[in-house]
Amino acid sequence: MDKTKKVITVDHLTKKFGDFTAVDAITFDVHAGEIFGFLGANGAGKTTAMKMLIGLSKPTSGTGTVAGFDIVKNPEKVKQNIGYMSQKFALYDDLTIEENATFYGGIYGLKRKVIKSQIEHMLDDLDLRSSRKQLVGQLPIGWKQRLAFSVAMIHDPSIIFLDEPTGGVDPVTRRIFWEKIYEESSKGRTIFVTTHYMDEAEYCHRLSMMVAGKMVAVDSPANLKEKYGVKDMNEVFVHIANQEDWR
Amino acid sequence: MIVLLYIIKKEFLQIFRDKAMLPLMTVLPIIQLIVLSNATSNEIKQVNLHVEDMDKSQFSQRLIHKIAANNIFHITSSSQNPDDVYRSFMNGTADIVLRIPNNAERDFYRNKSTEVQLLIDAINGQAATVGSGYLNVIVNSFNKEMRSEVKMITPNPNGTMIAIEYSNWYNPELNYKHFMVPGILGELVIILILILTAMNIVKEREVGTIEQINVTPIKKWQFILGKLIPFLCLGLFLMVVGLILGKVLFDIPMVGSLWTVFAYVVICLVTVLGMGLLLSNYADTQQQAIFVAFFFVIIFVLLCGLFTPIESMPVWAQKLTIPNPIAHFVAVMRNVLLKGSTMADMSYRFIVTGILALIFNTLAIVTYKKTI
Repeated sequence: MDKTKKVITVDHLTKKFGDFTAVDAITFDVHAGEIFGFLGANGAGKTTAMKMLIGLSKPTSGTGTVAGFDIVKNPEKVKQNIGYMSQKFALYDDLTIEENATFYGGIYGLKRKVIKSQIEHMLDDLDLRSSRKQLVGQLPIGWKQRLAFSVAMIHDPSIIFLDEPTGGVDPVTRRIFWEKIYEESSKGRTIFVTTHYMDEAEYCHRLSMMVAGKMVAVDSPANLKEKYGVKDMNEVFVHIANQEDWR
Repeated sequence: MIVLLYIIKKEFLQIFRDKAMLPLMTVLPIIQLIVLSNATSNEIKQVNLHVEDMDKSQFSQRLIHKIAANNIFHITSSSQNPDDVYRSFMNGTADIVLRIPNNAERDFYRNKSTEVQLLIDAINGQAATVGSGYLNVIVNSFNKEMRSEVKMITPNPNGTMIAIEYSNWYNPELNYKHFMVPGILGELVIILILILTAMNIVKEREVGTIEQINVTPIKKWQFILGKLIPFLCLGLFLMVVGLILGKVLFDIPMVGSLWTVFAYVVICLVTVLGMGLLLSNYADTQQQAIFVAFFFVIIFVLLCGLFTPIESMPVWAQKLTIPNPIAHFVAVMRNVLLKGSTMADMSYRFIVTGILALIFNTLAIVTYKKTI
């Protein structure tokens, strides 16, 4: 895997809602196979920034490319090549595991055979083979999140965006979830993840910190700790958040 | 195209999985059809009569008996106290009061003429006109009887008179159910389909699944068609069941071509689906969608010509019925089923509804936004 290949490039990306600047001219790159953490307090603009990258929201100004496609000019091409798992659980509660996976595989335009083999692979992976006919609404939240992650990758995208994927999940499941993230990263998939759990931030290869719409730091966790002379990411976060002007 | 099939399949799975909604969507309209078709009648079946007989003569008794012999009139009370006239109107026991004055019989034999009075509660205009009309006929025929008895010379006894003969075409027995069932069926199906589609996309927005759909490369028209086709099938299914029930239970005539009926039903349902989806695009919550849908449904139903004829509305209100799919639906159903009108006869309805379908569905696709 070519770790220097840039799969996401962002240049002065800005989003304004009226007078309010939610995302203020952020610039960064993400490399292939990287686990890229997107950190910030609630309301710092993480989700807005991510929505511009995945084509759900049009930037006010600035440019960016994701998986080689321009996010402004070609958002539908971007969508074909990425996976996305939102904060809000987004599978259909009234459909079974298999039906959900078939539906999403279908709307990504996968062939029936491919969908079938992907589902088998997914069920083995999650150890859910016996519950394939179970309604998703009946699954515990931890299983739902892991399932949503797998379904978001059914079309084998090169980049996957996770928006606070472990919200409301117990520590054990979070651990399992991160193991899965590592596994996907080692296969060469790029992971773009927002979180406000600082222990999770430590797992990322590189981190960006957003405060009040601005990107204030982009570096590896180790470098960030060294730069601010602190022991863990929690302290880095507090340090940066206090240092910056909250407009 | 294959993408479309996956969306349709998913919608059907969800429709059939919802064990609470499925019976509501299928059984309820059928119950409504049966109940409403039997209940909504414009026929005047009974007119209540209060009789104030001041004469108490053989003459007055014969008149009263003749009226009572007609099974429309029910003599609910009779008295000689003038106060009772007002009381019977006030408490609603009488629709019409028949007053036979003192000396009616004596005047008739002596002066060859007498007067009786009809007081009519005109609040219910229809009962008033129908009731007084019947009473007129009865009193006239009573007149003739009496005159021939007293050997009065009728003016122009052998002269020719213009006699009007009536012939009721298309619904010879004036069966109001034949008139109502096709209309009510159309109305029920349209209301149901409008509300279900209006709620559908909003529900996905509320649950959050719409965001997941919007990050896929799905095309707008695929999504809208995928939502539209399953509900179109549901609407057609209900129409088939409704028409079969109409035939079996109410023996409604099916003079015209059922192909014409269903060709129209498809166009009309597509219009309504477009309206529902358009509404769904603008609403943020299911409550909003229901509320707005309800607002339109009320207007559509009251101005559809089912209960009050469109022809008797003011001109501006008649114009308001042009974008009303239920109005066209009711007209087409009645004309084709009862009269046997052809597609060519109904071309105005087909064209107008077709244009509406095009407008609403284009708007539904255009206003569906994959971005926030």
